[in-house]
Amino acid sequence: MSLALMNWLKKPWVGPLVALLGVYALFSALTPDTFLRTLNLVTMLRQTVVVAIAAIGAALIIIHGGIDLSVGSSVALTTVVVAKCLQAGMGPIPALVAALALGALAGLVNGALVVGLRITPFIATLGTMSALRGIAKGLADEQKIDAPAAGLDAWMAVIPGERLVPYGVWLALAAGVVGAVLLGYTRLGRHAVAVGSNELTARLCGVPVTRVRLTIYALGGLLAGLAGVLEFSTLTVGDPTDSVGLELETIAAVVIGGGSLAGGQGSVAGTLIGALLLTVIKAGCTHLGMPNWIQEILTGGIIVIAMTLDRLRQAARD
Amino acid sequence: MIRLELQRLAKAFGAAQALSDVSLSASPGAVHAVLGENGAGKSTLMKILSGAEQPDAGELRLDGAAFRPTNPEVARRAGVAIVYQEPLFCADLTVRENILLGREPTRRGLLDRRASAQIAERALALLGQASSFDLSTPLRQLSPADRQLVSIARALSNATCRVLILDEPTSALTAADTQRLFGIVRRLAADGVTVLYISHFLEEVEQIASQYTVLRDGRSVATGLVAQTTRSELVSLMAGRTVTELFPRSARARGDVALEIRELSGKRSPTRASLTLHRGEVVGIAGLVGSGRTELLRAIYGLDARRSGAVLIDGQSVAAAPVALSRRKVGLLSEDRKGEGLAESLSIAENISLSGVASLGPYGLALPSHRRSAAARWIEKLNIRCRGPEQRARALSGGNQQKVALARLLEQDVDVLLLDEPTRGIDVGSRADIYRLIDELAARGKAVLMVSSYLPELVGICDRIAVMVRGRLGPARPARELSEHALLLEASG
Repeated sequence: MSLALMNWLKKPWVGPLVALLGVYALFSALTPDTFLRTLNLVTMLRQTVVVAIAAIGAALIIIHGGIDLSVGSSVALTTVVVAKCLQAGMGPIPALVAALALGALAGLVNGALVVGLRITPFIATLGTMSALRGIAKGLADEQKIDAPAAGLDAWMAVIPGERLVPYGVWLALAAGVVGAVLLGYTRLGRHAVAVGSNELTARLCGVPVTRVRLTIYALGGLLAGLAGVLEFSTLTVGDPTDSVGLELETIAAVVIGGGSLAGGQGSVAGTLIGALLLTVIKAGCTHLGMPNWIQEILTGGIIVIAMTLDRLRQAARD
Repeated sequence: MIRLELQRLAKAFGAAQALSDVSLSASPGAVHAVLGENGAGKSTLMKILSGAEQPDAGELRLDGAAFRPTNPEVARRAGVAIVYQEPLFCADLTVRENILLGREPTRRGLLDRRASAQIAERALALLGQASSFDLSTPLRQLSPADRQLVSIARALSNATCRVLILDEPTSALTAADTQRLFGIVRRLAADGVTVLYISHFLEEVEQIASQYTVLRDGRSVATGLVAQTTRSELVSLMAGRTVTELFPRSARARGDVALEIRELSGKRSPTRASLTLHRGEVVGIAGLVGSGRTELLRAIYGLDARRSGAVLIDGQSVAAAPVALSRRKVGLLSEDRKGEGLAESLSIAENISLSGVASLGPYGLALPSHRRSAAARWIEKLNIRCRGPEQRARALSGGNQQKVALARLLEQDVDVLLLDEPTRGIDVGSRADIYRLIDELAARGKAVLMVSSYLPELVGICDRIAVMVRGRLGPARPARELSEHALLLEASG
């Protein structure tokens, strides 16, 4: 085998990609008449958008050695805020900006709790997870908020014959490219990996650890805000009880994609593949008419297998 | 009668021969001092005795029977217990739990609290400390001295302790606590326990030990009665030889002051330290482990909080933060290579480019190709043995890891290098490479401040040397006026 190919195979996202293709092939073989349809493919991509965008944020946070449990609450709060803004007669762009700003602010609060008060990320974001959920419910009066979609619904719409792939999918892809470049090719990104890999070393090397942490949490929050806007586009209502458990899905996507909760490892590409893999499993099980509980068991199994394979891959690398 | 006998022990780690010929014998109830400079082989010897390492050759006998502990548990059951310099304990567990950790007595599957309390109390009673501890206090709440006593109690809680090894037990203790510890050691010796006492502090050895064995370069070079040997003789035995050819010395031109510290005080150490470091100069800091040398470097670099004083780079004062010093082209090489000096899970290329992500490519992007070519340059220049720039730092040997850590400072092109134990635990070949590099840097006008426990290298490579004793930094004096003997005497004072 050529050296270039060998090096390529060592990329951390190759394993998850093989798993994704394998699972896809399996379901295609089991239900060829429905699973292989283009519409199904598009539906799966569409279903992945919100998780994928939130998971890019989770990837940045996990790779820099943190964790964010507040993603789901943040997304729910954003849908409520977008709905409220539109209800108040604001245009879609100001509503979007408000949502992104709110998301970034929530992320910044997470970062401030971790850096300033030295609360471990798990606990800090467990706190904000509850607090943000509460704020969302309070703002919405514990009800779904109907609002004029004001064109935001078009972002996630599939219009047969005209627009097969919704804008949201491209947006998620673009966010992925930006995230990957940020992580791999910018000072901030390399500093984030360094902090996640060994904070003491990073500090010694003159990396502004505090600033890196705050920025990464804010970016994660910003992406959660964006995910929330697209969630609103999908639902076309503001729902304070939406996206419960989304944080676990994002973490699973990062981990399947080669991320380590100890920090320092993971990739955006792997994370997107991981998010897609989770969707394919769900969709495939649905096509096979399997009950929900089997889907959940399968998902759990895939996570464990992905982790095991990753450990083996790393042992081989050393 | 002989309690513990070692004959011609040898042990190598890869290419490094840690022990080549060590013999020692100690009788019951004796306090036997094991002396030697850092790197003489003391810690390897202790690891073999405690079962953590196996010797390549040689024989061990315990009360006349062959003794070859294959792991620490076997050694402990045979009655050989060790208390390490930095005692290992679980800060959140209680005194009782720490004493019994790993061998808690059970009854019908449940922890037997009464039995464990009895064992713990018996062990503390052996120390004469039965009443001074509340067994259910978390260790976190105890002073360092008390924690150490707990780890000694842990060592003694075996059925019968025959040999107790104390590794630099007083380095974290105050003078009063040291005296309390000595009382306990004497009491144990009177009960027939053989104590191997490892220390640099010669005045302590004179107080507590009856016999001594001196290790040097992995050999036992002398043994005798403490009462019949002067402190100066012991120092000569420890310091021994000179290695001049290892230390190159190019013509160095002393330039302007690069780094000045004024009355710098940290939380514990240093205490009002002042020093100037010129361009083109290597200044060494000698002192015993625990004398506060590392803390001095960390306080300069802003890693530890400053309490008072100032640090000036090129005459301008700098804030106490690594980011600020890094920007002023100061770099620190950590003594803790694995924990701090390197990000072990990252590649060689990533490590080398960590500080100087400054060497960014077009549009401010950090390109992997840039990283790799920078790394390849240093790999060749510093003779780093590896499979390539993408290999992880974790997989390298100590010497090569150290070169990677140094390459990071070089890639950053720092003007002032703070080196903390730059050659600790690395093979002679890499040592020579690093000495050559330090000399070359100084000749090129860089300023180097280096801490080392290995006196020959300080004398060999430095222009000036200052001695640190318990947090206080002495004046830096020309190295050619100083001998290892004089430095060791001053540091143990």
